[in-house]
Order: sequence, then C-alpha cells, then structure tokens
Amino acid sequence: MNKKVYGSEKIFNMAINLILLLFGLIALYPLIFVVSASVSDPTAVNSGRVTLLPVGFNLKGYQAILKSKWIITGYRNSLFYTVSGTVLNVTVTLMAGYALSRRDLYGRRLITLFMMFTMWFSGGIITTYLVVNKIGLYNKWYTLILIGLVSVYNVIITRSFISGSIPMELQEAARIDGCNDFQIFARLIIPLSKPVTAILCLYYGLGHWNSYFNALIYLKDKNMQPLQIFLREILVQNETIHMSSDALDSLIERALMAQTMKYSLIVVASLPMLMIYPFLQKFFVKGVMIGSVKG
Amino acid sequence: MKREKTRIKNNLSFVLGVRRSWQLYLLLLPAMVYLLIFHYVPLYGIQIAFRDYSPGLGFSESPFVGLKHFIYFMKSPQFATLIKNTVSLNVLRLVFCFPFPIFLALVLNEASNARFQKLVQNLTYAPHFISTVVLCGMIVSFTSPSTGIINTFIQALGRKPIDFMGQESWFRPIYILSDMWKDTGWSSIIYLAALAGIDLSLHEAAQIDGASRLQRILYINIPGISATIIILLIMEFGRMMSLGFEKVYLLQNSLNLPVSEVISTYVYKTGLLGAKFSYTTAIDVFNSIINCGLLLIVNKISSRVGETSLF
Repeated sequence: MNKKVYGSEKIFNMAINLILLLFGLIALYPLIFVVSASVSDPTAVNSGRVTLLPVGFNLKGYQAILKSKWIITGYRNSLFYTVSGTVLNVTVTLMAGYALSRRDLYGRRLITLFMMFTMWFSGGIITTYLVVNKIGLYNKWYTLILIGLVSVYNVIITRSFISGSIPMELQEAARIDGCNDFQIFARLIIPLSKPVTAILCLYYGLGHWNSYFNALIYLKDKNMQPLQIFLREILVQNETIHMSSDALDSLIERALMAQTMKYSLIVVASLPMLMIYPFLQKFFVKGVMIGSVKG
Repeated sequence: MKREKTRIKNNLSFVLGVRRSWQLYLLLLPAMVYLLIFHYVPLYGIQIAFRDYSPGLGFSESPFVGLKHFIYFMKSPQFATLIKNTVSLNVLRLVFCFPFPIFLALVLNEASNARFQKLVQNLTYAPHFISTVVLCGMIVSFTSPSTGIINTFIQALGRKPIDFMGQESWFRPIYILSDMWKDTGWSSIIYLAALAGIDLSLHEAAQIDGASRLQRILYINIPGISATIIILLIMEFGRMMSLGFEKVYLLQNSLNLPVSEVISTYVYKTGLLGAKFSYTTAIDVFNSIINCGLLLIVNKISSRVGETSLF
C-alpha cells in the first residue's frame, strides 16, 4: 500500500518536472537562438544552418553595430533617459509614498482619492498630446523624463511598503530627538526603504529603456530619439543600418550581414535588462505581492 | 451660536492640520502637480469630443456640436471592422493567454526541487524584460520566408515556406503566441503569491484524509486562488477595448491591415497623424464607456454568482 502511494507520487513529480522543463525551454529557446545567430557565420544564418548552437564564429555583426552612428546615438540617449528618468521617478514616488503613509497627514483620504482617481479615468492620448503641446513640452530633451514622472500604482506600492514595514514608533523616536519630517524622510525612511526602492528602480527603469510610444509621438528630432525608435526602423521596418562607408567592403557583404547584424542588435539592446533582473528577482516578487494588497 | 462655534473649530483644525502637515505637502507637491497637468487637464479636455476643437479657441471655447462625432464614428465604414478586430483580438487573448499563467503557477507550486523551481521561474520571467520593439523584430526575423528559423523547420519537414507576415490569417496567431511567450511567466507571479498565502493546515488535514496531490490542487489550491483569478479576469474585461497599441502597431503592414487595424491604432493615425482631434477623442470616450460598462457587468455577474467582486 505504502509502496503504491510512493510510486504514484514519483510519477506525479516526474510529470511536474517535465512540464516545468517544457515551459523553461520554450522561454529560453528563442533567446539562445538569437545569441547563437548573432555570433555565427552570416552565410550559415542566412541558409538556416543555425538552429541551436553557433555555426562558425564571427563578431562582425557586433563590429558593424559599433560603427553605426545612429545606434550609438540611440544607445546614449536611452541610457540618459533611463538613468535620469529613473532617479527622478524614484525620488518623487518615495516622497509621495512616504507622505501618504503618514496617518496624521491632514486630508489624507482626499489626497489618496485625488491620486487613485487617475488610475481609473484618463483623458486618452489625444487630449494628453494637446496638453503636452500646449505647455511647450513637445520635442525637448526632457520631454520623455517628465511625461511619465510618477505612476500612481507605484506610489501605492511604496505607501503600503512604508506603512507595513517601518514602525511608527521609530518615527516618533526620531521626532523626539528633534527631527522634522524632511529629516525623518531623508535619514530614516530612505535607508529603510531599500527593497521597495529596488522594485521602483526595476519598474521605472524597464519602462524607460523599453518604451517607444512616447518618443514616437512627442519627439521629432532624430538626435534625441531613444534606441527603441532606431530598433523599430532596423528590426521591424527592415531599413538598412546606416554606417560609415568603409564599415563593410561591399553591398553584397552588407546584404549578407543583414540578418546577423539584426540578431547582434537584439542582444545589445536587451542585454542590460536581462542582466539586471535575476538580481532583482526576489524584490519584484515582493513588489507584486505588496501591489496586490490594495486599498 | 453653536453653528458658529463649530465653524470656528473647523477652521481652526484646518489651519492647525495644514500647519502640522506642510512638510508632507511639500513632499507630495511634485506628484500632485504632475497628476494635475498630465491627467486632470487632459481629462478636462475630453469635452472636445462634443465640440469642434480648434487650437486657437482651446478646450472649453470651441463650438459645441453635441454628439456629431459619435454619430459620425458609428456610421463610418470602419466602425464594424474596428470593433470586430479589437474584440476578437481581445477575446482570443483572454481565452488563450489568460489561463496559462494560472497553470504555470499551479505546476511551479508543486515543484519538489527548490533550485529547479527557481531556475524555471527565472527562465520564464526573462521574455518579459524584452521590449515590444525587439519582440516584434524577433517575430519579423523568425518568420521571414527566406531566412527565418520557423521556415527552416517547415522546410526541413518538406513543406513550402510560409510568408507569415504577408498573410492576414497569420496576424492573430502570431500576436497571441508571442504574447504568451512574453508574459506567461511574469503573469504567474501574482498567482504564486496567492498560492503562498493558502493556509498550510488545509493541506495537512487533506493529507490525513488521504487526498492525493492532484486532489489537493483541485480542491484546495484552485479554490484558494479563485478570488485572485476572478479579480484579474474582471480587470481584463475592463481593458477589453483598449489593448496594447504598441505591438499591434508594430506588427501592422499593408497586407494584414484588414484584421490588424484596431481602435487604438486608428485613433493614433487619424487623431495624431491626421489631426482630427475632436473626432478621435469621441472614439476614445466611446471606448471608455464600453470598457466601463463591461467592467460593471462582469463585476455584477461575478458578485451574484461567485461572491467575489472588485467593488
């Protein structure tokens, strides 16, 4: 009897592991293929001989990317938007989240309602576009940074985190020691909010790095465009990568390289985020959990 | 006299309250100003759906035209196609993309090896971090009839290559499958969190009663996360008409346009590129009303039938 139970348990575990393996492989395969194709011999990529592992070895795709002026410009712009945007986002969100976490904030319910209301009702892209244009924010270097300054959802996460994990007694003690609200925020709340800060950095940073819609409608100047706009031209609309004339010897070689170069570009564009997220994994699981307890 | 007293008292508590909280107000200021400018002013602006907007006159001074734009939209030849495309893409997404994260979470929760579980979690979350543009770029490359990996496999099986992006019948499957690949792992997190919250003593009691693991999944885990499932489902219905613009727009080409033109892409093209601001704002408003209606209906049904509701 016992043995039989044990046997069915074993089969059950095997089935579970098999399903999980399948999920993992499906998620992984396209990524491996892209990396393999990016370092393979271009002729092998074009003739479909690369299916899993690299065939031959060749970094010409990456070299070509480094020589393309617009990709470098886009990369630089995206880095700027992501870093400065995220710093600003996180600061503003922590400030608002902390203030809302204080039960003695006068008018707390009204302010919370004022914020949450925007989560359910919005003006839509047309009127937002008109407002942005009206206040002279169209096509400026700071446009993309200001347009998504704060997400109410993130403020709520921050508020829940602070009120749930930083004891009020600590703040009282600081007040007795002569700290005002600013000092409590700077010296007590910020150092104790590291987990939620990590989540905010991930959410905002990912949003900035991957976003292209705002750039599409609010930026005109090619010099200010983020990487995603150039990626769209090259990867989706199949425009050729602009390079200095000596980058590739001939048109034929250029045509031959096109696919390999695209795969290299995908790797280069996605690497920053794919490298960061495993380290933040424990935080964003927590973030989803805090976020799911609303109200 | 008494009323006068309360008034003074209220004023006093207001002054005291504001004075006590002024530093907190200062911390809130940037967020509040942002929301006012980028959310409340545009919200005030949706009145142009009932006006003929002209930039010189602004939101509230442009001539009032009533429901003209709404009627024009409903009578327009695109109306039926837009609604059909938007709804079918969303229904397909709901049917195919919604259940997978639940399934994955249930299976992950049963994993006996913690390190393997962690590994699979990390692998399935990875695609979420790839941008929509890169995802669409991958789709275009993978499905290419001459060099794409998918057609390499099709040819290896002795079939003719398929021009996936050039046929409108492939647009929806591509959209749905790539959505599944990108977000199944990520969406499973919330269910995993819900599963972690299930009382362990339920499992112990069931074990003593001789319930198998499959039975425990069916009778403890699934009912345990059903509230989460329903809430997410209701919210999904509330987004029915306004699905992600980005991916549809990126995957659109002249060949698949008959099935890929949805409300949001139409609004973008006619509204922003074609400068028909009032007309497209009316479409936006129409959209929101349908979304809101669906949300309320589904919420009502769910609170009647299953006792779970959003509000």
